[in-house]
Amino acid sequence: MKFFSRDISKKPDLAQYPEHSSSSPLSVHAMTVAYDQKPVLWDIDYDAPDSSLVAIVGPNGAGKTTFVRACLGLIPRATGEVRFWGQSYESVRERVGYVPQRETVDWDFPVSALDVVVMGRYSKIGWFRRIGKRHLEVARSCLADVEMADFAERQINQLSGGQQQRVFLARALAQEADLYFMDEPFAGVDAATEKAIFTVLQKLRDAGKTVLCVHHDLPTVKEYFDSVILLNTHVVAAGVLEDTFNEENLFKTYGGRLTLLDEVSQAIARTTRGN
Amino acid sequence: MSASIDTALVLDIISFQAGYNTTVVVFGAMCLGIASGVVGTFALLRGRAMVSDAIAHSTLPGLALAFILAVYTGWDAKNIFLLLAGATCSGLFALLCMHMIVYYSRLSEDVAIGASLSVFFGFGIVLLSVIQNLGAGGEGGLHHFIYGQTAAMRGHDAETLAYLAVACLILVILFLKEFKIICFDTEFARVDGWPVQAIDALMMILVVSVTVIGLQTVGILLMIALLTIPATSARFWTEKLSVMIVLSALFGALSGYFGAIASALFPRLPAGAVIVCVSGVFFVFSLCFAPRRGVLAGAARVVQLRLRVGVEHLLRELYERNEGADSAPTGPLPLASVGVWRALGGFERWVITQYLLLKKYVMRGEDGVYFTPRGLQEAEFLTRAHRLWEEYRMQFGALATTHVDYSADLAEHVLTPELVDLIERSLKGRGSIREGAGLPGSVHPLGSGAHPVEVVQDD
Repeated sequence: MKFFSRDISKKPDLAQYPEHSSSSPLSVHAMTVAYDQKPVLWDIDYDAPDSSLVAIVGPNGAGKTTFVRACLGLIPRATGEVRFWGQSYESVRERVGYVPQRETVDWDFPVSALDVVVMGRYSKIGWFRRIGKRHLEVARSCLADVEMADFAERQINQLSGGQQQRVFLARALAQEADLYFMDEPFAGVDAATEKAIFTVLQKLRDAGKTVLCVHHDLPTVKEYFDSVILLNTHVVAAGVLEDTFNEENLFKTYGGRLTLLDEVSQAIARTTRGN
Repeated sequence: MSASIDTALVLDIISFQAGYNTTVVVFGAMCLGIASGVVGTFALLRGRAMVSDAIAHSTLPGLALAFILAVYTGWDAKNIFLLLAGATCSGLFALLCMHMIVYYSRLSEDVAIGASLSVFFGFGIVLLSVIQNLGAGGEGGLHHFIYGQTAAMRGHDAETLAYLAVACLILVILFLKEFKIICFDTEFARVDGWPVQAIDALMMILVVSVTVIGLQTVGILLMIALLTIPATSARFWTEKLSVMIVLSALFGALSGYFGAIASALFPRLPAGAVIVCVSGVFFVFSLCFAPRRGVLAGAARVVQLRLRVGVEHLLRELYERNEGADSAPTGPLPLASVGVWRALGGFERWVITQYLLLKKYVMRGEDGVYFTPRGLQEAEFLTRAHRLWEEYRMQFGALATTHVDYSADLAEHVLTPELVDLIERSLKGRGSIREGAGLPGSVHPLGSGAHPVEVVQDD
């Protein structure tokens, strides 16, 4: 019981599940998520390793983005527990960073690249306070880390897709978190940006941080990541690349689209909708 | 209205000296413009413009119910605070309804907005006729809330509007950072620990307050205009949120100022509607003439590009067709028979020719048109850029000879001297072109088939 600093007596949590380690940056226990009664993630059990780059891989509709959003509390979980270093999300928010999909925001919004990156500092600045010089400097150095220093004053609608992605990454860096969730940071970027992003990810890992990336491009998984979650509604396999990322598991993840799980969840959706 | 307008009166009104009542109205309208301009900026950026419209429409049943309540309880049915309290309640209730519809059903937001707006407003109209049948002093001027009645503004109304404007400014300055992050990226704000719903609620309370207090002035139907049009106009002129807020407040204030003045000059004009029309003028002006985002600026950019591409193609063709074996072109230019003309209309040909003459790239001589030294230099640069790019694409992009011309046509207009030098260096590095050879030869000389020339008999 010494692992948890708060709330352990109130509700069942990971302390009761010895298979989860409290030192893990992210522990997910028996998490099920449903949209409109239809389960999209079933009984997810997962422990993220320390200082490593983790790819979340799976076919379209496998629930990759849902996994990220449910971990972060952006969508409600039907059941299950998510803990960060053994604690609840609320108590360690400061240590968790997020890069949403690029398409989720309006890039015609009247702000500059630097303005966006500074948003990563807002929670450190606090309510009502002006943005101090120190925070602007941090934001600028984060832009420099993604090789976008020259674009700080540029309006975000004048940036290319790859540059916008880098701005999002810089904003996450400005959060100075220890665990990052990134939803397809490599989507639709050119080779130069891909390399730049990867360099940043490596630096994060070398600094002892863990990054979970929703990733679409199977061929680059081996090149960029240390560890993988193969996801298709449930966790098909998870672990270090050498043990997990093999043909058999990939076939289980991608092959045979309509699994039994799929059929059952379809059936549940039908009955609850009453048609 | 047809009587001539007294100039002295105009001056008095414009300078706030046309008596207490007019001054109050002008001042009040300006304050409302500022408040709605500031709040409207966030309503717009948060995608809540239509929600604001629905809220405005939904205040009508609240007004009517408050009136009925007052009649039955014996309170003063014309007490404005009672009426506005009713309006606020039903506005907030409508907001709640829309939220619930979107949250608990599969309906989209616009459907929820449309349904709430029409049902609430319809119910309000029904209540108005009920009130008329009550016989308690008619409907007590409630219909003024629909179209607004700026001219009836009293000193304390203007005072309220001034307080509202100041309150909005203070709150927006305080919450600028929080409003900004919520409007730009709600999900990120939530992950970052901001109480998104509370901040959102504050924003909507501001919208409801401005709407309710503005009802008397511009009315239910037109309140949406003051919330959205100044902000939309402001967006045309700037890419900075802070500047946008200031501009939006300015447009709102000016709309209020000119609208109220116009209705003071022509007492039969409804001031609320005139205020909205003035803001519409600002909008159309911004839409057309804004430097970067305006329609005319966009059209000018297209025309400019077409002109530039036409001129550059022409210069290059003239150069190539007049090019000697080892020397730069001399002699008169076959301006009438260039292939470039085929893609262009008569007017464009005329404009391009005039442009060449104006820029002194060519000049008229005795037996035709000649290159000026400046034109020759420009044409040589363009030809060089085109050919180097073709060579570069063939060497580094493994493109066939027949495929490079098109890409070079596109690229030559954007290549800077520095880029051309870079390309030349990298080609020389590979030994693709000779050192010190001057202009590289064309990979598809004129008449070789890759670049057919057709003599056009013009004029």
